[in-house]
Amino acid sequence: MIALTQVKKSFDTNHVLRGVDLRVETGTSTVIIGGSGTGKSVLLKCILGLVTPDAGTITLDDQDVLRADRDTFLARFGMLFQGAALFDSLKVWENVAFRLLRGSLKRPKAEAREIAIEKLRRVGLKPDVADKFPAELSGGMQKRVGLARAIAAEPEIIFFDEPTTGLDPIMAGVINELIREIVTEMGATAMTITHDMSSVRAIADRVAMLHDGVIQWEGPVAQLDTSDDPYVSQFIHGRADGPIEAVR
Amino acid sequence: MSPAALLAALGRTVLSILAGIGRVTLYALDALSHIVRPPFYGREFGHALLTVGWLSLPVVGLTALFTGGALALQIYAGGARFNAEAVVPQIVAIGMVRELGPVLVGLMIAARVTSSIAAEIATMKVTEQIDALVTLSTHPMKYLTVPRVLAALIVVPMLVAVGDVIGIFGGYAVATQTLGFNPATYLKNTADFLEPFDIISSLIKGAAFGFIAALMGCYFGMRSGRGAQGVGRATKGSVQAAAILILAANFVLTGVFFSA
Ligand SMILES: Nc1ncnc2c1ncn2[C@@H]1O[C@H](COP(=O)(O)OP(=O)(O)OP(=O)(O)O)[C@@H](O)[C@H]1O
Ligand SMILES: [Mg+2]
Repeated sequence: MIALTQVKKSFDTNHVLRGVDLRVETGTSTVIIGGSGTGKSVLLKCILGLVTPDAGTITLDDQDVLRADRDTFLARFGMLFQGAALFDSLKVWENVAFRLLRGSLKRPKAEAREIAIEKLRRVGLKPDVADKFPAELSGGMQKRVGLARAIAAEPEIIFFDEPTTGLDPIMAGVINELIREIVTEMGATAMTITHDMSSVRAIADRVAMLHDGVIQWEGPVAQLDTSDDPYVSQFIHGRADGPIEAVR
Repeated sequence: MSPAALLAALGRTVLSILAGIGRVTLYALDALSHIVRPPFYGREFGHALLTVGWLSLPVVGLTALFTGGALALQIYAGGARFNAEAVVPQIVAIGMVRELGPVLVGLMIAARVTSSIAAEIATMKVTEQIDALVTLSTHPMKYLTVPRVLAALIVVPMLVAVGDVIGIFGGYAVATQTLGFNPATYLKNTADFLEPFDIISSLIKGAAFGFIAALMGCYFGMRSGRGAQGVGRATKGSVQAAAILILAANFVLTGVFFSA
């Protein structure tokens, strides 16, 4: 279980997270929604220790993440970054197999390459992209390579930062299904950030809405539509008027 | 500005410079401590050897060649004022090996290698590639900094040696072709005059400058701000810092080696 208690983070005078409380049970899929720039990406980076919170505690299975051994801690995670963050000096397959080519999960090159190609297939990419460089791919293809890299070592906990942005509707559907599969079949814990409401419904067990630096609403996905929270209903219906100021 | 405000501004500047020196020193010590701890990334190291060393050869060679040639012309013209034209081989040799070889190679490496390391790592930083590296259980210090710093530490002395030889050859070519020196005598004078320690000091300087150049590229790259502007600033800062630190280190090392 991942538990955040009163997590705060500011960048100078920009108070991004102002006391986030959130629990994510093992083996469930939580989707985080919220306006652009509300700090969703920062939240995931806080959990991974890429951004150090100013206050509050984050625990994984009741152990403070700041005190955990970094290598064992990170070996349990996979992360898809919003901008894919592929290493542009490495070929696509070397990106996907990065973890499998070095460190504790190292295995023979041919085997790592095979796994990479299989993961690429799962995100809808043909084997011939394996030997290309990331710069030769379209944005949506890069995103899917990033996704393949995040799941390559079959981690227990996976974070997806906007997995379907930049994808066509069919491919978005494939990716939604894949994420769902990873949670239900492999028992992984997933946290996904998305702006795409059809993704939310396809992926989520629970939904958390971040607004003004706090979790404004949290609940099972089935209650999303019936929620009488004015923030949630404005957000999911995409209305310009409501408590969330659209024009600042 | 009131005197108090002036003092305060001065104090802030001094403090920020001291803090910067402290940060660079800590970064350097951290990098050195990672050199001796596994894992070691051989492929990245090989790649760094290639880009820092082999691909720098043309620019190092040309710089040294022209400098050696110009040095011969200057010493000849200057020496003629007191009938000392004959010292050209000796002064070219000592000037190239002790000072100009290491310094010019160091500065060329700062221009060529520091800038490209800083721009590459800063771009990785702003496109979240460094974050991705961390989440893939790979230490950026080990994967990015150590291979580059170690490669520069090993390969820049070699470049300096090559630069020294080519610089002396530049002087030799000018002296024998246009100034009427006898080729055999020129080479003999050069060889007789240079002491082993001249060459050792040249190589030590090369190692120090290589270390500084690669370290500054990594340090500024890792501290890059956001966006294209951040990358630009990191690159500019890294080259400035590397050049100044190389010249300062050269002054200190020359003092240590030759002012006995
Ligand atoms: N490294 C950083 N330095 C300074 N400010 C930052 C940094 N990272 C994020 N921010 C700021 O934190 C705020 C939240 O950023 P974040 O990327 O988490 O937004 P987001 O909710 O993911 O938005 P989007 O949906 O557009 O991706 C923004 O105002 C951003 O400018
Ligand atoms: Mg984001």
